Amino acid sequence: MANAPTTGEFTRADVCAIALAECFRNDGEILANPIGTLPMVGGRLARATFEPDLMMTDSEALLITNDQAYSWGDAKVIETYNPYRTMFDVVYSGRRHVIMGASQIDRFGNQNIAAIGRDYAHPKRQLIGFRGAPGNTVYNKTSYWIPNHSTQVFVDQVDVVTGVGWDRAIAAGPSVTDFYNLHRVVTNLAVLDWETPDHRMRLRSVHPGTTVEQVVALTGFELVVPDNVPQSRTPTPDELTILRRVIDPQDRRQREIANNS
Amino acid sequence: MTEGEVVARLESGMTIGIGGWGSRRKPMSIIREIIRSPLTDLTIVSYAGPDLGLLCAAGKVRRAVYAFASLDSIALEPHFRLARQMGLVEDEPYDEGMLMLGLQAAAWHVPFLPTRVGLGSDLLRLNSRLQMVQSPYDDGQEFVAAPALTLDAVICHLNRADAGGNATFLGPDLYFDDLFLRAADVNRFISVDKVVPTADLVTEAGNEQRLRISRLMVDGVVERPGGAHFTDNAPEHGRDEAFQAMYAGSAKSPEAFARFRDEWLDVSEDEYQQKVAAR
Repeated sequence: MANAPTTGEFTRADVCAIALAECFRNDGEILANPIGTLPMVGGRLARATFEPDLMMTDSEALLITNDQAYSWGDAKVIETYNPYRTMFDVVYSGRRHVIMGASQIDRFGNQNIAAIGRDYAHPKRQLIGFRGAPGNTVYNKTSYWIPNHSTQVFVDQVDVVTGVGWDRAIAAGPSVTDFYNLHRVVTNLAVLDWETPDHRMRLRSVHPGTTVEQVVALTGFELVVPDNVPQSRTPTPDELTILRRVIDPQDRRQREIANNS
Repeated sequence: MTEGEVVARLESGMTIGIGGWGSRRKPMSIIREIIRSPLTDLTIVSYAGPDLGLLCAAGKVRRAVYAFASLDSIALEPHFRLARQMGLVEDEPYDEGMLMLGLQAAAWHVPFLPTRVGLGSDLLRLNSRLQMVQSPYDDGQEFVAAPALTLDAVICHLNRADAGGNATFLGPDLYFDDLFLRAADVNRFISVDKVVPTADLVTEAGNEQRLRISRLMVDGVVERPGGAHFTDNAPEHGRDEAFQAMYAGSAKSPEAFARFRDEWLDVSEDEYQQKVAAR
């Protein structure tokens, strides 16, 4: 195995898994609900290392303790039954942190997954629909995973607001802000947040191999860029071992993003 | 009953609720029968998958009341997508949980249920049915009034039932089939893979906690093994991914859908099931 990676080597997808795991730091005993392969791997890593009290799904109707991100067979260790009906109870309790995708997102974190085009009655591209985004964003903690950081996704104005951004949340008042907590965006290039006085999106860190200029150029609105943007945290040898041997032994996380090097 | 007898009870212009979720446990044999019928101008309420897509492709849908349309393993429902982009269907969007509240309101015979869901989003701009309501209590806060989604008819697919309509699901999730069946006062129909004697229901279900559909909620039962094909219907059968991919491919052109329709829809359900078995 002369060409096998040594313990210290990692890929962009591994850095993304760490950044996604970090979204859940200090969440405590909540339902961590990352949607998609890499977010699920990141969530499993958070629970296996620094957030042991998280509850997580089998991507269907069970909450299970298994560290593996998929393919449990008969080995599932079931904590509870969590059909869709119960999932909405969890959402409305506020004890959940979801990581969703976004076809478009703006500087305040307004998300669009419903339709592209300004005429909703006659969209250029129909997408999946509002799904659970309006309820997720006003009831529980929400982060986003964007595997293709680009000006097509990071836009000045989204065509349809499915997930609620900071500006609209504040304008709507306490009925929204009581439970509102829009947290972070993790992309294939960087980590972003809204930790600014007016809740405009800020560049929190750039992944190794990415520059601030690259991220700015691929974002379709003006980002808040601090004077010193740190590099995203890189995986420790122990984290790489857990990722490779336990959580994602089929390396599915490596297939989710372009330019994974 | 037969699928034909169910469809004979439906009328053009009705609001029809469809159970299941995405491409999972959908009453596809009844959907196929609707497509062969003269029914038109339907409003479909659904956690939607190929049920909504097929009905759109066949020109049966006036209005879609939905939170998403997905084939699960294929993220976007291609026929629904086409219908939307061509401006062929009216669109009444909901959030998933808000749709649940609308069905619950209908089931409880109240005009709405208050919720935070929708606040700040474009649902309030794009769904003209949604209104706000102010709490009459000391907090005085404003909420969305999720409107009762009262149905004229409901169709669901379950795994087992007795002849009276007491039924059970054997898969991972009932989804919202019980709420759909309670959101109409009449015309509530289920198809099942197998009708069994009442005395066998608990054994078939595995335990009495799975007996979630009673004959108070059901007006007719169709026995149709494989009736949910090609959607997932665990543990009877998984999703027929190859068939679903072929179905999705039929959105590529009117000619492609005409071929799909000729081969898989303009045939009797018995013939459909025989052809599926022979694939």
